[in-house]
Amino acid sequence: MRSIFNKVLLDLAREDTRIFMVLADIGYGEIEPFAEAYPDRFFNVGVAEQNMTGVACGIAMEGNIAVTYSIANFPTIRCLEQIRNDVCYSNTNVKIVIIGGGLAYGALGMSHHSTEDIALMRALPNMVVVAPGDFAEAEAATRAMIAHDGPLYYRCGYKQEPPIHEGPIHFRLGRAIQVWDGKDATVIFTGTIGNQAQAALRELLKEGIRCRLVSMHTVKPIDKEAILAAAQETGAVITVEEHVVQGGLGSAVAEVLCDAGVYPKKFLRLALPDKFVSLVGSHEWLLDQFGLSARKIQASIKGLLQ
Amino acid sequence: MQATGDWVDHCKELATTVRAHCLRMTHGGQSGHVGSMLSMAEILSVLYERILRIDPANPNWPERDRFILSKGHGGAAVYAVLAEKGFFPKDWLMTYYRDNGKLMGHISHYVPGVEFSTGSLGHGLPVAVGMAIAARHGGKKHRVFCLMSDGDCDEGSTWEAILFAAQHRLDNLIGIVDYNKIQALGFVKDVLNLEPFAEKIRACGWSVREVDGHCVEEIESSLKRIPFEPGKPSWVIAHTIKGKGVSFLENTVSCHYGHVNDEQLALALRELGRLS
Repeated sequence: MRSIFNKVLLDLAREDTRIFMVLADIGYGEIEPFAEAYPDRFFNVGVAEQNMTGVACGIAMEGNIAVTYSIANFPTIRCLEQIRNDVCYSNTNVKIVIIGGGLAYGALGMSHHSTEDIALMRALPNMVVVAPGDFAEAEAATRAMIAHDGPLYYRCGYKQEPPIHEGPIHFRLGRAIQVWDGKDATVIFTGTIGNQAQAALRELLKEGIRCRLVSMHTVKPIDKEAILAAAQETGAVITVEEHVVQGGLGSAVAEVLCDAGVYPKKFLRLALPDKFVSLVGSHEWLLDQFGLSARKIQASIKGLLQ
Repeated sequence: MQATGDWVDHCKELATTVRAHCLRMTHGGQSGHVGSMLSMAEILSVLYERILRIDPANPNWPERDRFILSKGHGGAAVYAVLAEKGFFPKDWLMTYYRDNGKLMGHISHYVPGVEFSTGSLGHGLPVAVGMAIAARHGGKKHRVFCLMSDGDCDEGSTWEAILFAAQHRLDNLIGIVDYNKIQALGFVKDVLNLEPFAEKIRACGWSVREVDGHCVEEIESSLKRIPFEPGKPSWVIAHTIKGKGVSFLENTVSCHYGHVNDEQLALALRELGRLS
């Protein structure tokens, strides 16, 4: 997905000369085409995320679009105050892009896991929070990111995630995409964990359990209509996210339901527990350990609906 | 063109007016940081009277010089200058720090003439660097000024920006430090010594000048010569006195968080010759 992102951004930068890339010595093997094509709009600030974000803000305040880019939580938590005070308060056109949300960097360990980012970013006024699920969403989200006027957080996948959508998609920030319909429950996911959710639902289908599948690629502003419809029409809502259970997608969905006084008969948040990862292992292995592999998601949903 | 004596007198007069405003504003708002405001009065008066290309009638004029106050806690002093320059009505000043006021404690871009909001230290210089990059990229002639405190220079982000600005030879960028040598809890030399300050900044690739930050002629003479060296960002260390202009505030740690009481206000304004 990161390659798709970089390719689309490169294409957009050809037409839109306002686009700058400001990064902090991360992106080897991906960002070189941009650096070579637009050296006067490409800045590697060195390993200095606070300065990266401040510089991006200053560039954006002069009428440009500045994209900060790094992996995991480096361009978010390390420089959270710059994002809050500089970017969001000024409502400037800075786009914060991370590669590898959640546990994508697996065995690299806790320092390289981005597992609180959605909660932190969605707490910030003026910030839009986007986590595309597959390549089609990633491409559309990149275009939407540049078209959007204001701060935006983009949680990008790290590898060759399989497609979730079969045909062309209609992507709009803040509007969920229904992947397929179902009557027994609705599974709402955000980001690349959608692949695991989708695989789980395929297995459940074999057992006669038909769940609606919804991609909530934009966590903020969230699509309230899609959430309320899910609860009212299918009776059960399950959220799936590669993020700690507090403050992320599941919390956002619960807020919408409670605020509207719409209570599904069953509600389940599948997410990472409220603790740091001390286990060592690959992305896929860690997902399984924390109940977010397809087979664990399948079992959890089945247990809920029984 | 003003004769030399005229502008010098005018800048000194404006600095005194700014001090009087700040004493009244912080007294009225029962708010802190008056010492940090008083120390930069001459720097601000010279910037706004002699250096910055700005238009009070058109605060967003694209060709304006950019000025970022990184020491946002001293924002009342900038508000005072902006009011005197006509960016907004002077009667806004006494709403500072008050319920439903126009002017919040730390400098805010919601106020006409304020380029950027700060308040947490170490934010100004990176943003100024970004603006300088954008100006150069766009072939623009305006300059970007960032006024910092010595506390700003404790922050790692400031040093990240110092390295980056020199790397990119941003000679349209000017960093000024209101070096009053007192920070929140004590003297800079005791808390986190910046010395040898000029040598450090010079070693990072900037061109550095030191001035008496209360001498308007020295400040003006220095800032008229920017960039000090082509291809290098310029750094001005303005040696100042915290609480300058009010004898019982000068060079005291307590005036960082302090404001004056009723009796002290009268005394301070009398010292400044502004007791109405």
